[in-house]
Amino acid sequence: MTIPTERHVLVVFPHPDDEAFGVSGTMTTHIKQGTPVTYACLTLGEMGRNLGNPPFATRESLPEIRKKELAASAEAIGLTDLRMMGLRDKTIEFEDDEKMVGMMTELIEELNPSLIITFYPKFAVHPDHEATARAVVRAVRRMEDRPKLHCVAFANNTLEVLGAPDIVHDVTPVRDHKMASMQAHISQTAWMLKEMEHKLAEGDPETENWLTQERFYKYRWEDDFEVSF
Amino acid sequence: MELVEVKKLQVQLDAFAGKDVYLHLETTNGSYASHFNEAFFNAGAFIRNVVINYELGKVVGDSPHRVGLKLPHGWVYAQGITHYEMDDQGRLLLAGHDGTGKLAVALQISETPFSY
Repeated sequence: MTIPTERHVLVVFPHPDDEAFGVSGTMTTHIKQGTPVTYACLTLGEMGRNLGNPPFATRESLPEIRKKELAASAEAIGLTDLRMMGLRDKTIEFEDDEKMVGMMTELIEELNPSLIITFYPKFAVHPDHEATARAVVRAVRRMEDRPKLHCVAFANNTLEVLGAPDIVHDVTPVRDHKMASMQAHISQTAWMLKEMEHKLAEGDPETENWLTQERFYKYRWEDDFEVSF
Repeated sequence: MELVEVKKLQVQLDAFAGKDVYLHLETTNGSYASHFNEAFFNAGAFIRNVVINYELGKVVGDSPHRVGLKLPHGWVYAQGITHYEMDDQGRLLLAGHDGTGKLAVALQISETPFSY
């Protein structure tokens, strides 16, 4: 599937590395097509558990490491507008819900995106992913002229409930950018990448597909996750 | 961080006794525990920048260690502590890292507040 040209793409995720696996290829493709892309990353992944044994970082030194990794990932993607929104990992769902909607509304009003990418509410697994998705959906719901909303879903019941993804982007042409984005988050992805590279070397087609195809669901307003907010 | 040496860590714990200190305490299985294993009951707790003043702090046992702080009206303790570090800002950072390098527990004390 070719990726249509957009006016502006806004990507909203809570953690450094959320962008790498699911959407970095799509982001690079948009950038190469001349579309401005903004990535709003809500936290610095302060509560990441991969600290090594022997440890390479502490709970207190991790945020600075992940901040640099996020910047390196943005560079690998070709992204020039990276926003670090200053929230703390694992606390987003406890923030005031209206404040979260306000944060999203401000971004949308400033950037006027034709496409927003975030997680799919109720199919996003991590509480921060869910809270981010809820805030974005609520902000967009209130708009008269809604931009497209493409959502990443990976809960175990996704296929069963939502069916096959509505959109599958082949990001093979920007595979190296995507790989570099994942490698940029090395403190958190090292073990996963090692396993992946092993499988790729063996020519495992599932892993190759996972790497070169990015999957999205169009948000189903007719089946909204809540009646109102 | 270094592996806990009971005698050395005990000296550090003693140095903070009787002082107002900011506490960071967390236990975690990670947010994906019930995603990878749906039968897993995921529980954890987190507290950060609450001021305590302990009269006695002790590190006990073989690794992984337990560390307990006795307060005038209560207790703080953590189990599973494997590593520690006195960082460049004079904060005592204790952590329990499992065999795969994942943090499972952290207990930290500092005379100045931890960041947000």
